[in-house]
Amino acid sequence: MPRPRRTPARVIRITHWIGALSMLVMIGSGWQIYNASPILPFTFPPWLTLGGWLAGGIAWHFAAMWVLMGAGIVYGTYGVVSGHFRRDLRLRGMGAIGRDMGLALRFRLSHTPGHYNAVQRLLYTGVLIVACLTVASGLSIWKPVQLGWLCWLFGGYDLARRIHFTMMALIVGFLVVHVVLALLVPSTLFGMVFGRRPAPHDPEAVR
Amino acid sequence: MKRPDLDRASIAPELRRLERRLMLKGAISLGGLAMLSGCTLDDEPAVERALARVMSLTDRAQALLFSRHRLAREFDAARITRPFPFNAYYGQEDVRTVDPAGWRLEVSGLVADRRPWSLAQFRALPQKRQITRHICVEGWSAIGCWSGVPLSVFLHHVGADLRAKYVDFHCFDDYSTSIDMATALHPQTIMVLDFDDTALPAAYGAPMKIRIPTKLGYKNPKYLAAISVTNRFPGGYWEDQGYDWFGGS
Ligand code: HEM
Repeated sequence: MPRPRRTPARVIRITHWIGALSMLVMIGSGWQIYNASPILPFTFPPWLTLGGWLAGGIAWHFAAMWVLMGAGIVYGTYGVVSGHFRRDLRLRGMGAIGRDMGLALRFRLSHTPGHYNAVQRLLYTGVLIVACLTVASGLSIWKPVQLGWLCWLFGGYDLARRIHFTMMALIVGFLVVHVVLALLVPSTLFGMVFGRRPAPHDPEAVR
Repeated sequence: MKRPDLDRASIAPELRRLERRLMLKGAISLGGLAMLSGCTLDDEPAVERALARVMSLTDRAQALLFSRHRLAREFDAARITRPFPFNAYYGQEDVRTVDPAGWRLEVSGLVADRRPWSLAQFRALPQKRQITRHICVEGWSAIGCWSGVPLSVFLHHVGADLRAKYVDFHCFDDYSTSIDMATALHPQTIMVLDFDDTALPAAYGAPMKIRIPTKLGYKNPKYLAAISVTNRFPGGYWEDQGYDWFGGS
């Protein structure tokens, strides 16, 4: 019997870390750009921002955009073609989400390599949708004329700017929860870097 | 022996270059990330070069996205932002003015007729009016009403080489910027004489500004003094300091 493959697949691990780094750069430089003309009554502390001034922030934002789009396209294509999205990220019913959420809050949720629980599925699918909306609303405020239809879909330039900001906030919220959970279960962190082999006879692994 | 006076004007370009270098350095300070990793990329010319190279890639993508036939959205008069904000690289108290009767637009470069133009000559050409959204690179925007002569009409009039790459603008407030020929020939790119149906006021660029609703604010020069058609990359005031050159929207 062949040994089971390491999980998550190497493509997912590589694109995850490239995507995470470029996402952090996009957030830091995005805060720099936001500070040039804030839409809410606050600005981000300069030491948390990237680029030094507006033009530098824009330079970093677009550099990271190319990297993120590249990683996103590879990840998305692999996720669809390999069946990973269908198999591992498909949402479970409300009952399963409620049960796993309860277990997670009592720190009783078990982690099995190669299998995501209902809460993880919800979070990952959610952040992937939000990331797509972030990119789309970002494109619409970058090109409100050439991509006028997209800007119109987001309700015009001013609203699209606010949507882009809101999507960023959701990603930051996800990131906080995501990092805390990863640090609470360090074996998953190890797995996301090096991959883990699921136990061959683990019924969870083949589910 | 008398020491020669230090002439501020003669060292001004030197000072400006120095300022730009300092700004560019600021541009690549990695802020929070640098603090986390304990290293500064501030003085890393390789990072500076890499960012500049990616920026020119982004500019090429912008040029590909641009269509000469796609129009910026036009609005009803009720949507005009009042008062329309003043914006320049200096404060409103430093706005410079000229006598409109004595003003001439210098014309140079790859054009058949290089005689300077007066305001009366521009008034005699067909005019176009637009109510469009001015979008600043900082993120704010405002809707205004501009009218004047389409730049393409003027370029045809002076016999410009329309295969040239760039149109370069210089202003009497020492601002400058330049655009690609495709944008110069776009039907909504106009040489503005009027704002809100009255002669362009000093705050908005009297006696002439260039309005390009398919580009960001810094590509819309005010206080125009000279125009030139060229194949040599001209850069611009903000572009030389690190803003992307295409600046399309
Ligand atoms: C904004 C940046 C990030 C986003 C959008 C993101 C998104 C995701 C997504 C969608 C997955 C599921 C991947 C799949 O199997 O298809 C995932 C998994 C994972 N991420 Fe992230 N992530 C980010 C940053 C981070 C960071 C900074 C860490 C480290 C602290 C991290 C640690 C992990 C781990 C350990 C897993 C695997 C969890 C498991 O196997 O149970 N992520 N992430």
